[in-house]
Amino acid sequence: MTHCSRTLAILLFLAVLSGSAGAAERFPPPEFDSGHSLPETQYPAPRGLVFEVLDVAALFVALCLAAWLAFRRRSRTGLFVLMLVSLFYFGFLREGCVCPIGAIQNVALAIADRSYAVPIAVLAFFLLPLVFALFFGRVFCAAVCPLGAIQDVVLVHPLRVPTWLEHALRVLAYAYLGAAVLFAATGSAFVICQYDPFVAFFRLSGSLAMFILGACVLVVAMFVGRPYCRFLCPYGVLLGLLARASQRRVTISPAECVRCRLCEDSCPFGAIRAPAEAPSPDERRVGRKRLALLLGLLPVLVGLGLFAGGLLAVPFSKVHATVSLAERVRLEDTGKAEGTTDASEAFRETGRPTEELFAEAKVLRSRFVTGGRLLGAWLGLVIGIKLIYPTLRRRRTDYEADRGACLACGRCYDYCPVEHDRRKKAREAGAVR
Amino acid sequence: MDTRPEPVNRRDFLRSGARGACLIGIGGTLGFLATRSRGGDTVWQIDPEKCTQCGNCATNCVLKPSAVKCVHAFAMCGYCELCTGYFEPEPNALNTGAENQLCPVAAIQRTFVEDPYYEYGIDEALCIGCGKCVEGCRAFGNGSLYLQVRHDRCLDCNECSIAAACPADAFVRVPAEEPYLHPAGHPEHPQLDDSKH
Repeated sequence: MTHCSRTLAILLFLAVLSGSAGAAERFPPPEFDSGHSLPETQYPAPRGLVFEVLDVAALFVALCLAAWLAFRRRSRTGLFVLMLVSLFYFGFLREGCVCPIGAIQNVALAIADRSYAVPIAVLAFFLLPLVFALFFGRVFCAAVCPLGAIQDVVLVHPLRVPTWLEHALRVLAYAYLGAAVLFAATGSAFVICQYDPFVAFFRLSGSLAMFILGACVLVVAMFVGRPYCRFLCPYGVLLGLLARASQRRVTISPAECVRCRLCEDSCPFGAIRAPAEAPSPDERRVGRKRLALLLGLLPVLVGLGLFAGGLLAVPFSKVHATVSLAERVRLEDTGKAEGTTDASEAFRETGRPTEELFAEAKVLRSRFVTGGRLLGAWLGLVIGIKLIYPTLRRRRTDYEADRGACLACGRCYDYCPVEHDRRKKAREAGAVR
Repeated sequence: MDTRPEPVNRRDFLRSGARGACLIGIGGTLGFLATRSRGGDTVWQIDPEKCTQCGNCATNCVLKPSAVKCVHAFAMCGYCELCTGYFEPEPNALNTGAENQLCPVAAIQRTFVEDPYYEYGIDEALCIGCGKCVEGCRAFGNGSLYLQVRHDRCLDCNECSIAAACPADAFVRVPAEEPYLHPAGHPEHPQLDDSKH
């Protein structure tokens, strides 16, 4: 009986209180006659800073090793082993986060938003490979990046991608970089992280869509060398640009190139450039005319990009949660949409005036207009330069690795007879000693 | 003529110039951002006062089961016999029968203390972070149950995928030294501290 009356009392009490929002102390904590002591709630601490320091140190050591293996030892085997170690440590052990590719977004957000502080470890991850690229080219791609490694491991039968297609697809990476910076800087989303194709493998958990995306990229990677690195990776764009100014470059032959053509098809990433004659006066005249035309086209493309980018601002801005919420709330208020979403319901519960939300969304959208125009102009510039690039013909006497495209994987070394000669001599010298 | 030193070719000259400029740029970025990143490390956390218990925490975490768990602040609990965080709205009986429980995975342990008080503990290994109990507790109880990112599990992703799906903007980055946020009424809730003075 007492049980029933107590329940009734509680229910009555609830009926009185249910109107009030939020939690209050409706049922004061009891004082126990039995002397029962309250258990302590456990709050486990986050992983320490130690891991971050360790990660940055590991990155630095791996980059140094990669540069040493690529330039001093000239050892594909060494690079491959280092690549596997990196894949294990940065990929499966540290679960692919944080990586320099994603760090682009933190840096972009930190530059755009004064209140966001980028963690020092993330900053180190972003900058270290760039500094190495300035001196040694893309050694980060060669043997440190776990995303590159997982693709490199599955490459079984590389097919040659035609040069025009290679250049055309490369534009995708520039577009991805631009879009990622735009969405990160406006605080909308970290798209690089959301569409990281391999993180689901590294974590051995994730949504089905992530696994399918990753598996598709890996299947393509069996026949096209490192498709993500070449055609999508936004960080690869930065590394490629800086590697063009690198102090040292991968040389296929350790000494004089003998133009034996053995290395011609050795690069699965299409980074080897064949010797080229200086153009004849006739060709030069045609080339000059074409160059003038394309240089004239460049500002047109940039202008077109500016215009188109402004148009894209409205659909792009919907990625931002605040803008999409504001749109939803407006639709509900004007009766164009029925019911509520979780977000609009949560917003109404806070009791904030809708005008405030609309004003905030308006500011964001204007930021998207600026950002979208910049993105468009960037794309116009990239496409323009990509068109101009083939007209700039330069004389090349040897087979050379393209500074920007070479991933310093060291595959071509094994194809060079001069390199084999060098190794033989080194072995003999070692044996004598 | 042959003894003259090798002239620096134009391409190399431009290249080293570009390299210098890039190094200065990288140094500049480092200096500019490092001054701001002094704030220290941050981790993801849920603001219990913004949380609407929509259920996204259970489904959107990269971990399965989610790193978000229900946390019980025992000091705030009323030790009710009829716990609205534990029981279905109209339970058949006030006992531990599965059909009476709100929790879909039976992660709340109900133990008798003394008449008429019962203690409710969370079995984190079972909890999936759906927030059903939190909703019940906040609606009719003291709000001593609340969802929190558990940092022994959280991978601290660069972008938390639950945060991206949170309808109430309840996910925030908090300093790593104080990685938990408590609801109003909790001794460590910041607003309570303010009202003391």
